[in-house]
Amino acid sequence: MRSHGRFSRTMLGLGLVFLYVPILSMIVFSFNNSRLVTVWDAAHSPTLKWYGELAANQQILGGAWLSIRIALVSATAASVLGTLAGIALARFGPFRGRTLLTGMTTAPIVMPEVITGLSLLLLFVALEHTIGWPRGVGAVTITLAHITFCMAFVTVVVQSRLVGFDVSLEEAAMDLGARPHTVFRRVTLPLILPAIVSGWLLAFTLSWDDLVVTQFVAGPGSSTLPMVIFSKVRLGVSPDVNALATILVLIVASGIVTSTLVLRSRQRRRERDAQLAAAAESL
Amino acid sequence: MALTVSTLARTRSAAGRRLVAAIPIAWLLALFLVPFLIVLKISFSEVRLAVPPYAPLLHWQHGIPWPVLHLSNYAFLFTDSLYASSYLYSLKVAAVSTACCLAIGYPMAYAIARSGAAWRSALLMAVVLPFWTSLLLRVYAWMGLLKNNGVINNVLLALGLIHQPLTLLQTDFAVYIGIVYSYLPFMILPLYANLEKHDVTLLEAAADLGATPFRAFLRVTLPQSLPGIASGALLVFIPAVGEYVVPSLLGRTDQLMIGRVLSDEFFENRDWPLASAVAILMLLLLVVPITLLQRVERRSLEAPP
Amino acid sequence: MSARATADSAPREPYVRIEHVTKRFGDTAAVEDVSLEVYRGEIFCLLGGSGSGKTTLLRMLAGFETPTSGHIYIDGNDIGAIPPYERPVNMMFQSYALFPHMSVTKNVAFGLEQERLSRQEIAARVADMLELVKMTPYGHRKPHQLSGGQRQRVALARALVKRPKLLLLDEPLAALDRKLREHTQFELVNIQQRLGVTFIVVTHDQQEAMTLASRMGVMNQGRIAQIGTPAEIYESPATRFVADFIGSVNLFEGQVLDAGSAAVRIRCAELGAVLRVARCPDVASGATVWTAIRPEKIQLERAATAPPSTGVAEDSANRARGTVKEIAYLGNSSVYLVQLESGKSVRVTLPNALRSAEQRIGRDESVELSWHDTSPVVLTQ
Repeated sequence: MRSHGRFSRTMLGLGLVFLYVPILSMIVFSFNNSRLVTVWDAAHSPTLKWYGELAANQQILGGAWLSIRIALVSATAASVLGTLAGIALARFGPFRGRTLLTGMTTAPIVMPEVITGLSLLLLFVALEHTIGWPRGVGAVTITLAHITFCMAFVTVVVQSRLVGFDVSLEEAAMDLGARPHTVFRRVTLPLILPAIVSGWLLAFTLSWDDLVVTQFVAGPGSSTLPMVIFSKVRLGVSPDVNALATILVLIVASGIVTSTLVLRSRQRRRERDAQLAAAAESL
Repeated sequence: MALTVSTLARTRSAAGRRLVAAIPIAWLLALFLVPFLIVLKISFSEVRLAVPPYAPLLHWQHGIPWPVLHLSNYAFLFTDSLYASSYLYSLKVAAVSTACCLAIGYPMAYAIARSGAAWRSALLMAVVLPFWTSLLLRVYAWMGLLKNNGVINNVLLALGLIHQPLTLLQTDFAVYIGIVYSYLPFMILPLYANLEKHDVTLLEAAADLGATPFRAFLRVTLPQSLPGIASGALLVFIPAVGEYVVPSLLGRTDQLMIGRVLSDEFFENRDWPLASAVAILMLLLLVVPITLLQRVERRSLEAPP
Repeated sequence: MSARATADSAPREPYVRIEHVTKRFGDTAAVEDVSLEVYRGEIFCLLGGSGSGKTTLLRMLAGFETPTSGHIYIDGNDIGAIPPYERPVNMMFQSYALFPHMSVTKNVAFGLEQERLSRQEIAARVADMLELVKMTPYGHRKPHQLSGGQRQRVALARALVKRPKLLLLDEPLAALDRKLREHTQFELVNIQQRLGVTFIVVTHDQQEAMTLASRMGVMNQGRIAQIGTPAEIYESPATRFVADFIGSVNLFEGQVLDAGSAAVRIRCAELGAVLRVARCPDVASGATVWTAIRPEKIQLERAATAPPSTGVAEDSANRARGTVKEIAYLGNSSVYLVQLESGKSVRVTLPNALRSAEQRIGRDESVELSWHDTSPVVLTQ
C-alpha cells in the first residue's frame, strides 16, 4: 500500500506544481518593469507601473464593467431556470419531454463553444430577419447566450443535490399538513439553497470568463473583458494583462479560501454539537 | 422518487408541475435546439454577398415553397484536404490530450481520495481554484512560460542545459500542455467523486488474500473506477475537439484545429454556409461520444446515493 | 398494561378498516388482499420481516401510496383519494425526518402552522407537548445538536401536537440502543394511554410488538398470517409460519389416529410416540398435521428418576426419551437441545431453579420429556 500511496502522492505534488507555476509566474512578472514581461529587469523592478496603466485603461475597465453586468444577469436567470430544470428532473419521475430536457441540459456542458456560438448567432440573425428583434447583436444577445449554456451547469448541481436529498423530510412535511408548494418553500428550498448558490457562482464565473460564444454574438459596440484581453494577447504577451491576472487571481483565491474556511468551521461546530448531545444523553 | 410522484400527482398542482418543467424546456428548445436546426438549414445554403450572407433556402415555384439544398458546402469539405486534415488533427490532439490528462489526473484524484479528511477539502480547493480563475488568462500564462525568451527557456539557458532557446510555443506540445492544463479539473473531479466512494476494506481483503498493492489496484480499484474514467475522459475529449482559445494562442499556424477553421470561415471569409457545414460535421463526429457521456451521467445521477 | 384488557372487552365499531387492499409495484405485489380492523384507543402492531409489506401498508394509511385495489376507511370515511396533508393521520418516521434547518420548537410548531392557528395557541400547545415528552429545555436546539433518543422524542411530539386520532409509527425504536429502547417502550404506552390516541406500529422486532401491542397482526410476503392479542398469537398460532416466526417452537409432523370430542390422538414417527392433544381444531382421521410445542412447556427429567411407563396407552402419550446434546446457559434459564432416538432435536427451556451445575441436568444425560395435553397446538397449515 505504501509504495502505491507514494507514487500517487508524488504525482499529486507534481500536478499541483504544474497547476500553480503558470499562475505564480504571471503574478511575479506583473511586477517586472520590462515590457518583454519575462525578461526580468532587475534594475527597475519590482514596480507597480503596470497596475497604474491598468487603472487608466478605459478599454479594459469598460470591458470589465460590461462583463460584470452581463454575468450578474446571466447567473441569476440561469440559476432560476437551472433550479426549475433540476427539480423537474430529480422529482417528477417520468414525464413527457424528460429525455429531451435531460439531453438539453447535459449537451451544453460539453458542446464545443464554436458550435454553440455559431448556432446562437445564426438564430439571432434569423430572428431579426423574420420578426425584427433583436435589433442587432449586443449585450442582450450576449446575455441570452450566456444564460443558455450556464443553466445546464446549474441544472446538474441542483439535480445532484436533490437526488441526495432525504425524501422523507418532504413526506413528513406533507404528513403534517403542508401542501406541496409550502413543502417546497419551507423545507426543500432552504435545504438546497447552498447548491443553488454554488450554481449561481459557477454560472457567474462561466459567463464572466466566456470568450468564444461571446465573440460570435457580440457586436462592434460591446466588448467584454475576455474579448479585450484576447485581442491584446493574440499579438503577444503584455504586462498589463499580467497585472489584471494577478488582481483576478487574488480576488478568486480570497473568495474561495474564505468560503472554505467558513464552511469548515461550521462543519466542525456541528460535529462538536452532535458529540456533546450524544455524551449528555448517556449520563 | 416514484413515491413522491404519486402523492404529488394526485394534487391540484399537477398543472404547476407541468409549468416547472415547461419553462426550462421552452427556453432550451428555443435557444439551444432550434439554433442547431438553423445551422443545419444554412449548411445547405450558398454564400452570398448580402446581409445575411447566405442565399434564402426556399424558392417559390408556382406558389409552393420548395426547399433548395445545396450540397456544395459538404462536397467542398470532403474534397478539400485542408478540412479532412483539420478534423483528423483535432481528433488526434483531443485524444492525446485526454490520455495525458488521465495519466496525470488519475493519480492526483487517487491521492486526494486516499488522504485524510482534513487534507481532502484543502486539496480539492487547491485543484479547483485555478478553474475559477479565467481560462484565457491561464492559457496566456503558458505563453509567457513557453516563448523563446520565456521562463522555461531562460531557466534552461541559465542552467546551461541548452545553448539555444527551444521552440516550445506554436507546437503540438504547447497545445497538449494547454488543453491538459485547462481541462485537468474536469478530469480530476469526476474521478475523485468515484474513487471517494470506494470501500477501502475491499483492498484490505485483497491484501489479506495475498494480492500485492499493484495487483489489488488492477483487480479491485481500477474496474470500479471505470465510470469515473469514462466521465472524466469524455468531459475532456468532447470540448477539446472543438477548442479554439488554446490552439489560437499556443498552437501551430500551419495546421489548424477544426474550431479555428470554423471561426476563420465565419469571421475571415464570411462564408456562413461553409462554417455551418463544418459545425454540422463536427457535431456528427461528436454524436457518439456525447451520447456515451449522457448514458454514463444518467447512470450516476439517478443511482441511489 | 391493564388498560389493554379493557380495550377489547366491549364490541365497538372499528376506527380503521382496511378491506381487501392490494398494492402492486409493477408485477410484484407488496401487499396482497389484506383486511384488518383497528379499534379506537388501542395499540395495534404490524409485525413482519423485511419484504413482508408492513411498511407499504403503513404508507398507504399515511397517504404516500395508493392501493391498487381495495379500500381504506378511517372513522367511516374512504380515504383512498385524500392526499396526506388532508388526512387526520400523522406519522412518526423511522429516520425521524426532523427538519434540520429548524429548531425543536419550530419543528413541533410546523404542523400547527399549517392549521392557521393563532400564534399564542401554537406556542401554548408546543410548550405542553414538549413538556409531555420531557424536551422543554431543548426548544431552541437544532436536530443535529440532539442525541438519537432526544430526536425521537421531538419526532413524537411533532406528530402528536396536531392531536391526530390515528398515529402511525414506523419502527419507532429501531434506532435506539437496548437500554433506551426498553425505557422508551414504556414511555410510549404511557403517552398513548394519557392521550387516548390510536397507535398503529410497524416493527420487525417481536419483543417490541409483544410489549407495545394490545393487538397485533403478523405479516408474511404481503399477506396477513394472523391477527390477535400477543397472547393469542404466541399461545395459539394459526399456522406453522406464525408459530415459527414468534419465539421458538418445536414442530412435529404426524398423522391423526382418532379425532375424539375431548382430545385428538396423533401418531408421530419423529417423536417415536403418540401425542394426545386436548382442544383441537376439526381434523379428520388420517390427516397429516403438525403439532407445535413451545420449549418452555416441556418438562425435562433425568431418565433414571422418571417413573417407569406403566404400559397403559393413555399414559405413554405426550412422552419421549432422548439425550441432552447441547446446553445454552442464559443466566436465568437454560436452553437444552435434546436429541431423540429418531434423530430429531427438541428444544427445551428450563429455569435454572438450582444454583449448582452438578444438580442441574448436564450434557449427554438420558432424559425423559413430557408435557401436558393442553400444551401442544395442532396446525393444519
